[in-house]
Amino acid sequence: MLIDWFTVVAQAINFLILVWLLKRFLYQPILDAIDAREQRIAQTLAEADAKKAAARLERDEFERKNRELDEQRQSMVSRMQDEVSGLRQKLLDDAQSAAERLQTKWHVNLQRQQQRLGEGISRRVQDEVFSITRKTILDLADDDLEASIINVFIGRLRQLDGEALANFVQALTAAEAAVRIRSAFELTDEQQTAIRQVLREIFPADAAVRFDCEPELIAGIELTAGGRRVAWSIEDYLKTLKDSLGDLVREQDSSQGTPTAESESLA
Amino acid sequence: MQLSPDEQVFWQYGFIKLNATIVYTWGLMLVMALGSRFITRQLSTEHTRSRWQNLLEIIVTGIVKQMKEVGLSEPQRYLGFLGTLFLFIAVASLFTIFPGYQPPTGSLSTTAALALCVLVAVPLFGIQEQGVAGYLGSYIKPTILMLPFNLMSEVSRTLALAIRLFGNMMSGAMIVGILLAITPFVFPVVMTLLGLLTGMVQAYIFSILAAVYIAAATQGHQANPDLATNAPKAHSQTNGISHG
Repeated sequence: MLIDWFTVVAQAINFLILVWLLKRFLYQPILDAIDAREQRIAQTLAEADAKKAAARLERDEFERKNRELDEQRQSMVSRMQDEVSGLRQKLLDDAQSAAERLQTKWHVNLQRQQQRLGEGISRRVQDEVFSITRKTILDLADDDLEASIINVFIGRLRQLDGEALANFVQALTAAEAAVRIRSAFELTDEQQTAIRQVLREIFPADAAVRFDCEPELIAGIELTAGGRRVAWSIEDYLKTLKDSLGDLVREQDSSQGTPTAESESLA
Repeated sequence: MQLSPDEQVFWQYGFIKLNATIVYTWGLMLVMALGSRFITRQLSTEHTRSRWQNLLEIIVTGIVKQMKEVGLSEPQRYLGFLGTLFLFIAVASLFTIFPGYQPPTGSLSTTAALALCVLVAVPLFGIQEQGVAGYLGSYIKPTILMLPFNLMSEVSRTLALAIRLFGNMMSGAMIVGILLAITPFVFPVVMTLLGLLTGMVQAYIFSILAAVYIAAATQGHQANPDLATNAPKAHSQTNGISHG
């Protein structure tokens, strides 16, 4: 008989005991160890994921800050450029205006110096011309010249026409002042009589006449009455000469001033 | 010549006897239990672990994976039974490399005991999963006419399990014994190697068939028709291998 039933029962019991033993010592510890390891790996992976997420967040934050810094730097640079260019423009403008001011001042000074020089020259010329003329006339002055002057003066009185004469008469009667005759030289009695006679002829009213001697008139004679005046003297001619010289100098100054203004505008 | 290690009796008292089958089985149990205890005493849960732990993890996870492939949805519930079946038969075959050792699976008593364990365990697992009515109902499906055939199938497959394992292991040991007498050199080694391979295949077949029976019982014939068709197919394949 190949089957021994006691052995069958014993082997069945042995097998069940072996099942229990292996469950106790093999399957359970091994499965527990595998589970623990899987749990640990899962935990490690979860931690790694969490760290990865945190790192990603930090990276994003870092990139955002970097971007902001770049933008700030860009804006600061552009602002600085604007400010620098503005400052440069302002400094250039200031320098230009200062240069223009200096140039203008220099031109004004130059013009003033030129004017002063021109005035000095013209005054000197006038003075020289006056002194030469005065000296010449004084050297030449004699009785005949004085007589000629008186004659010319008398002639001029006689030449007073209607309206001028009427104005003279009106002034005399209104002011009731004396007629004043000023001359560069002392008038002789004859000459004074001649003048009085002419005045009596001209002016119907009898006016008082006063004679004064004033050498500044330079070989001349002058009648003033009530603000009106009739005169002849070399000083008049000299004054005319002086005026014309002054006009000449002013014309030269104005003609020099025009190109200067043009040069300023060009600068 | 002994046909079975049962015949080698060391001690006997009435019907109680201590034969080579029981003694070698105890030896195997001792080695497996102590080995497991020794290796799993200091298990590492870190990333690095010992090669023995690696070996045991590979074996256990391999068994679990095989059970999943058969169709057991919760393989860890059946790991103790099916895993021990496989390991016991495999280790019993493996130890044939030691001279003088006789595998306890070469005894029809042992294989019958294992087949009876399967015969009892399958309905127990089935009732645990589906209830008494649910499990017993599976015998009369699709019609009540199938009841005798289903019962016959239960008995015959149990018988086949026992005989197949016994025949293979016994024949292997027998061939080696005969060859030792005829050509004591080289050939017995080759046949021992072949016997090792046959033993491993038988361990695989036995435990896989048991897993298929349990899967069919726990999930019902109607609930998983694939298993109903898979089981006979696996059965016929393993029969082919064993007879080949």
